[in-house]
Amino acid sequence: MYVFSPPNYLAILPEILILALGMLVLIIDPFWKENSRRVNLGWLTAGGLFAVLAIMVMVDRPGEPISTWGGMIQYDWLAFTLKGFLILAGAITAIFMMDVERLGQRAEAYLLLLASLIGMCFMASSGDLIMLYLAIETTSIPLYVLAGFLLTDKFSVEAGFKYLLFGAMTSAVLLYGFSLFYGMAGTTNFYQLSAQFDRLTPLLLGLLIFILVGLAFKISAVPFHFWAPDVYQGSPTPVAGFLSTASKAAGFIVLLRLFVIAFPAMKISADWALILAVVATLTMTLGNFLAITQKNIKRMLAYSSIAHAGYILIGVVAFSQLGGTSVVYYLMAYIMTNLAAFGAVVAYGRVTGSDEIKSYAGLSRRSPALALVMLVAFLSLSGMPPFGGFVAKVFVFNSAVQSHWMWLAVVGVLNSIVGLYYYLTVLKYVYLYRAENEEDERKPLPISRPYTLALFILTAGIVMLGVFLSPWYDLATKAALSIF
Amino acid sequence: MQFPVLSIIVFTPAVAGLLILLIPANRKTETRMAALAAAVFALILSIWVYFNYDQGRAGYQFLESYRWLPQMGISLQLGVDGISAPLVLLTGLVMFTGVLISWGVDDRPREFFALLFILASGVFGVFVALDLFMLFFFYEIAVFPMYLLIAIWGWVKTREYAAMKLTLYLFIGSVVALIGALAMYWVVGKSTGVYTFNMLLISKAEQAGAFNFVAWQVPTYLQWLFHRPTLTFEMVVFPFVFFGFAVLGGIFPFHNWSPDGHVAAPTAVSMFHAGVLMKLGAFAALRVGIMLLPQGAQYHMSWIIFLALINIVYGAFIAFVQNDLKYAIGFSSVSHMGLVMLGFATLTKDGMIGAGVQMFSHGVMTALFFAAVGMVYDRAHTREIPKLGGMVKPLPWVAIGFIIGGLVSMGMPGFSGFVAEFPIFMGTWQTIPWAAILASLSIVITAAYILIAIRKVFFGEMPIEFSGHIGQIKVLDKIAIATLCGVMVVVGLFPWLMVPMVQSGVNSIMTLLGGA
Repeated sequence: MYVFSPPNYLAILPEILILALGMLVLIIDPFWKENSRRVNLGWLTAGGLFAVLAIMVMVDRPGEPISTWGGMIQYDWLAFTLKGFLILAGAITAIFMMDVERLGQRAEAYLLLLASLIGMCFMASSGDLIMLYLAIETTSIPLYVLAGFLLTDKFSVEAGFKYLLFGAMTSAVLLYGFSLFYGMAGTTNFYQLSAQFDRLTPLLLGLLIFILVGLAFKISAVPFHFWAPDVYQGSPTPVAGFLSTASKAAGFIVLLRLFVIAFPAMKISADWALILAVVATLTMTLGNFLAITQKNIKRMLAYSSIAHAGYILIGVVAFSQLGGTSVVYYLMAYIMTNLAAFGAVVAYGRVTGSDEIKSYAGLSRRSPALALVMLVAFLSLSGMPPFGGFVAKVFVFNSAVQSHWMWLAVVGVLNSIVGLYYYLTVLKYVYLYRAENEEDERKPLPISRPYTLALFILTAGIVMLGVFLSPWYDLATKAALSIF
Repeated sequence: MQFPVLSIIVFTPAVAGLLILLIPANRKTETRMAALAAAVFALILSIWVYFNYDQGRAGYQFLESYRWLPQMGISLQLGVDGISAPLVLLTGLVMFTGVLISWGVDDRPREFFALLFILASGVFGVFVALDLFMLFFFYEIAVFPMYLLIAIWGWVKTREYAAMKLTLYLFIGSVVALIGALAMYWVVGKSTGVYTFNMLLISKAEQAGAFNFVAWQVPTYLQWLFHRPTLTFEMVVFPFVFFGFAVLGGIFPFHNWSPDGHVAAPTAVSMFHAGVLMKLGAFAALRVGIMLLPQGAQYHMSWIIFLALINIVYGAFIAFVQNDLKYAIGFSSVSHMGLVMLGFATLTKDGMIGAGVQMFSHGVMTALFFAAVGMVYDRAHTREIPKLGGMVKPLPWVAIGFIIGGLVSMGMPGFSGFVAEFPIFMGTWQTIPWAAILASLSIVITAAYILIAIRKVFFGEMPIEFSGHIGQIKVLDKIAIATLCGVMVVVGLFPWLMVPMVQSGVNSIMTLLGGA
């Protein structure tokens, strides 16, 4: 599938547009008055991203997969599909950022968001180790800053710093792995690399582990997961939502491209697949069990997102076209669902000022609509129909059974039971318990119009992914076919 | 194209539930009226389906098919056969009476009815789905509202514990069954080249021998346990699928979520839960377990009979020693569902017919029981059998309902219970006579605890603190009781209304099993 072609601007059209949008944000910002900045900046960023998405869907649909820009960029359905969802996630995050104190009225925050989004889009489409590394760094550096954006909040600063240290270390390991591969193969292009390795030597195994380390950090897989809870808890909640969805999805696409095309170790060795299967098992199990004990909802969602990385890895281990489809489908459903969960946390935490699970008591009496959003999001996370999470889980397990990974599928379903337990526990607070101070229940819960819109889009998306399967499945299959 | 009655039945409650959510929270009466309207509509349609089912033609009828995910062989296939038609009717009945009984729910009735109806949609869906994926889809939809219904509106003391226990048990069961179902999907696909979740096609492939390959070489040191050197695919997968669903049917040793759940749930939910949801488990175990994997069923049935016996006798004994009236009824459900399992496990025509009728009969009976218990509890604020007494005077309707329910439960001729239990014992006698003898013990025990409960709760001296405090029941409650009692008497007196229908369904199962 390696077709070399001259520079193709369509392949990087979304990135160009996002860059232009970022410039626009920076240039227009000083003209706005202090008090109107929040709304204007937020809508400019979000609206701009929706426009980019619309343009992309209309004019930028790829045909046969091609390599362009000297093999640096892959222009295929996998990149297209994921870019679409990443841009959507970026737009929703911009909306969520609007009403957060000390974040929503700062143009830098939106610019950083857009910058990291450009990086993610390049991650989704890169076809070369050098391009890939640049994309990963472009993604990460703005995110380090965003995580520590609330300078007067010591948790936020800690989050930013912790994320920076772990990120820098793992990306150094990743780069080291890349450079050794270049030394062995003499090329950095994915498709040329893939021809170089026909069996799993100990040296190759070591190098693959270097790469796995770098990517495991991005997708927060065990044993490189422990930054996630602290960082999610400390960073501004919309940023945490962005980290747990878009950043993770981009990481998974890189993982797919690297381990399917560049180093198809799974094709030549069952041992490597087993290593990944073990990582998946540990990631799911640890994430789920640690999530049970959490008292803070952002930490709980962090562990839950670790567990979800484990489920998605099952699809990677299956190493088949169906596996690829299910990974992409899962990512779509997961982006929607987790953003909705974080969105509800943003909307509620802004009013109550607390992220403790306890503080959610009485929510359904204060705001039935927000409670319903949480119900949909958490049930979808736990894998209940008619929501996207159910279908995605069934696909992933189905691909595992197809590839004879019976035990992995069993581990997966058992884990989803553990998951159900803690998701239901949160819903118990939301629906069952009364607020400590019953007066509180009668206070209205103001949810601003942008939040209402964003949460509505996400909830509708979750239901669409769970009920109208066929178009999404086609999209995911096209994406998977571009690498399998 | 014919009138798509089944999909309308399935989606009416869900759509009604979503519409109910749009009614402003303080319009409680309007909410209830809307719920009642939807329930009546669903009931009428399910009655229509029941009486328009052509028994002569048998097989699946009212078929509907919509493409859903053709790329993976998933489609929305709906149809009823002689076994599911009574269950659809049962669901309609319980939904209707459940709404009547829940008129008094005052805490967020909007959310209550919405969740109850989403649950009902899931239940209808499972009974009519002919596609494995859709069956799971509806099955899960039937499970999760249960958690919130019990946790929010349930009995304060145990609701959180019971709700979580129930949900986790049922979820475990369903995901275990899911793995088995996915395995079937791939095996059928590989052998026929058609990847499909359509149960009719899977069944056809099974009949053609797609599942007859050796899936597991039994190690020599275990051969005494399995009686054979190799197990075929069907024999390996059958326990996953059957037990996965039978958890919801309350099979021993996976039954103990059910009494807790029944007791903690609010009245209408207990009715749904014991009346319909447990049938869901038994039905899915039959449809996916026995009908898709008949050879697996034949291989495993001997020890499932044994488990069902434990259900029947042990459940009855536990019910006998309960002080809490609702727990007694809860364990009697375990016992009676054991009879359903026993009927299936005999794999004889009589046993299956009995089990099919028993599902309906027990559903109506136990809904009535829970309605009666709920009415007593709402007025006396206790369910302790020793503390109650003399309830027949203030609550004559409830007493009559409970007594009729009791007679059904004892298998008294003239009521639906007899029509159901007698063939089950006949079928059991044909396979394992001593099992029939043991199982019949339960009738004695059942008679004992039901009669004792009737005597202590409804007759005898009314404790002094109750006199004058027990209010009348409402007209709506009377309608509910009369409906349920009427159905049981009608089926008991005119068995030809139901037995031939179930028989037409059983005949096709017998063909699958290779017998007459």
